[in-house]
Amino acid sequence: MSLIYFTGLAALAVAGFLLGRNRAAVANRTETFHSRPSYHGAYVVVSVLLPMLLVFAVGVPVAHHLVETQALTVFDPSVLDDELRRGAALRDIVAVATGRHTGDATPALVRAAETWSSLRAWTDNLILAGGGIVGLLGAAYGLRAISATFRARNRVERVVKVVLFGCASVAVLTTVGIVFSVLLETVHFFQKVSPLDFLFGLEWSPQTAIRADQVGSSGAFGIAPLVVGTLLITTIAMLVAGPIGLFAAIYLAEYASPRVRAVAKPLLEILAGIPTVVLGFFAALSLAPWLRELGQSLGLNVASESALAAGLVMGMMIIPFVSSLSDDVINAVPQSLRDGSYGMGATKSETIKRVVLPAAFSGIVSAMMLAISRAVGETMIVVMAAGLAANLSFNPLDAVTTFTVQIKTILVGDQEFDSAKTLSAFALGFVLFFFTLTLNVIAMQIVKRYREQYD
Amino acid sequence: MNSMVQVDSASAIAAAAAVAGNPVKIVAQGVNVYYGEKHALRDVDLDIQERAVTALIGPSGCGKSTFLRCLNRMNDTIVGCRVTGKITMDDQDIYDPQLDVVQLRARVGMVFQKPNPFPKSIFENVAYGPRIHGLARNKAELEEIVVTSLKRAGLYEEVKDRLGDSGTSLSGGQQQRLCIARAIAVSPEVILMDEPCSALDPIATAKIEELMDELRENYTIVIVTHSMQQAARVSQRTAFFHLGVLVEVGVTGEIFTTPRDRRTQDYITGRFG
Repeated sequence: MSLIYFTGLAALAVAGFLLGRNRAAVANRTETFHSRPSYHGAYVVVSVLLPMLLVFAVGVPVAHHLVETQALTVFDPSVLDDELRRGAALRDIVAVATGRHTGDATPALVRAAETWSSLRAWTDNLILAGGGIVGLLGAAYGLRAISATFRARNRVERVVKVVLFGCASVAVLTTVGIVFSVLLETVHFFQKVSPLDFLFGLEWSPQTAIRADQVGSSGAFGIAPLVVGTLLITTIAMLVAGPIGLFAAIYLAEYASPRVRAVAKPLLEILAGIPTVVLGFFAALSLAPWLRELGQSLGLNVASESALAAGLVMGMMIIPFVSSLSDDVINAVPQSLRDGSYGMGATKSETIKRVVLPAAFSGIVSAMMLAISRAVGETMIVVMAAGLAANLSFNPLDAVTTFTVQIKTILVGDQEFDSAKTLSAFALGFVLFFFTLTLNVIAMQIVKRYREQYD
Repeated sequence: MNSMVQVDSASAIAAAAAVAGNPVKIVAQGVNVYYGEKHALRDVDLDIQERAVTALIGPSGCGKSTFLRCLNRMNDTIVGCRVTGKITMDDQDIYDPQLDVVQLRARVGMVFQKPNPFPKSIFENVAYGPRIHGLARNKAELEEIVVTSLKRAGLYEEVKDRLGDSGTSLSGGQQQRLCIARAIAVSPEVILMDEPCSALDPIATAKIEELMDELRENYTIVIVTHSMQQAARVSQRTAFFHLGVLVEVGVTGEIFTTPRDRRTQDYITGRFG
């Protein structure tokens, strides 16, 4: 049904456009039109599309509801009150009606299925007919409107503006929706575990008893070890990626010949394209054992999964973010500033240090912040290379764990959904979100404060 | 002579006479410049007098800016640019491999077409040169250099209460005077100006021109300009470039009233350009 409906819609729209444009073009020869013919065509398209989409968007859910209610009348009212049984009954009806039901169907069910099919066919036809009529009326309306003074151009552009606004809203509303759903589950979690214990507790051991008499069942939900682990790994990553990325960007933007740059920049960006799971097993299987051996030869005790290994590889991962973005902002510094500095007798490195980098400062900061956000949110490398042990340790040679790893560990598995353990994942997610949000706000403030406008 | 350019002959002649005896600061002999395959400047011979304003005029693309940028070797920063011939300043070859281009540029300052203050405070803009060349031993000396330079550039009175504000917050004309102050701060001997007023309004232009007249007491100034009126007003000597060739050079008043070359005459009477 949908396929037919939208094919018809498209056909009507195309026909409307051609007709409208043609009519306007013909009339345009004798009098001067306000709008170009194609705008009149587009106006017809809009007046076909909008009512037809509206009919579909309203008609389909209403029709489905009516058909279902009607088909379910054969069942006992008690079935209808229970959400689960109602759903099961409906699935049975649809299965019988579409011939996919296995086993014997009761006469009542067969009757319901027949009602469902016939009603469904009827409403489908009704929607098709209604849509067709509305579409034709819309086309007629749009075509009638064509005249020399009609401002089709302005009308169409207003519609375009609304559509653009709609797309922007989808992005914003999605974010708001996610935040609220996470927030809701977080509130549930805090009904089971005190927020103070959660935020300031020093032990993380998210276990909840399945049976009351279980041994060692009391969970501990203190996020301190996760905070420390996340910060430790992120710090190591930024110590690697910050300088290397920035210096690479300076080389690419200021020193590299165009030929070197043309090759090196894409190559560096390929690094950003390596799936993190691949980097993860590189960290776990190559780097971590090597670090361990190195540590042993130096007399250090390195855990086989260590914050250092995860941090180093994560640093490699975010180098391209830092370097590519920094390279762009350094390139955006106008040549006239460099010329001014060279004209004063400054050397290349003085010019870079004292003029180019300060001018690009805000952009470099936002590149760094983006890289930190990536590092904080990165999961796979840490899962594979840093381990799961929630040690409260500042030692980069220990195994540590992070927010993301714990969220993943908690939600992979068959826990009851409303147990404190499962819900803690949402609370962790919320804290993580809050953390990256704070970073972004700080970055925006810095960018705003230090941004230079060049024309 | 149907010259479009009015030369205030009395003062121009007086000024020209005043500098006529000045020694030659820069000598260019057989200078050729190539941008890749393009031969941008052909066999230019030009003497530049000390403590005088020399104007380089000519239609767009004639090579006047290219010549100007040879004098402090700014062409070095352009990929594919090649300079041949000989340019000496105070009898020293500035293209000598032994010569440090950084020191040359400290002696030959430059002001660009578009004001290009650094995104720093007004103070730091002027202090930039003295800092990188280590001209001030302490903060007091640095401050004195900055204030003196701003005063010489005629900007001090307007900005003395807000030296900490960003240089980019000034108006276009003020920015250009800031750039002049920045150039003066390293005590150069020569100041090159590449169409310094083309982005400015007439009032700001008048201020800069006045300033040039004062600066010529102490500095050798070479200015590229599209405005023949400006060349007539500010310069004592004028060189006319056309299609990469130096057509004619002489005392400004004479170039604008009795040009020897047909092309110069056509240009200053507005027949092309």
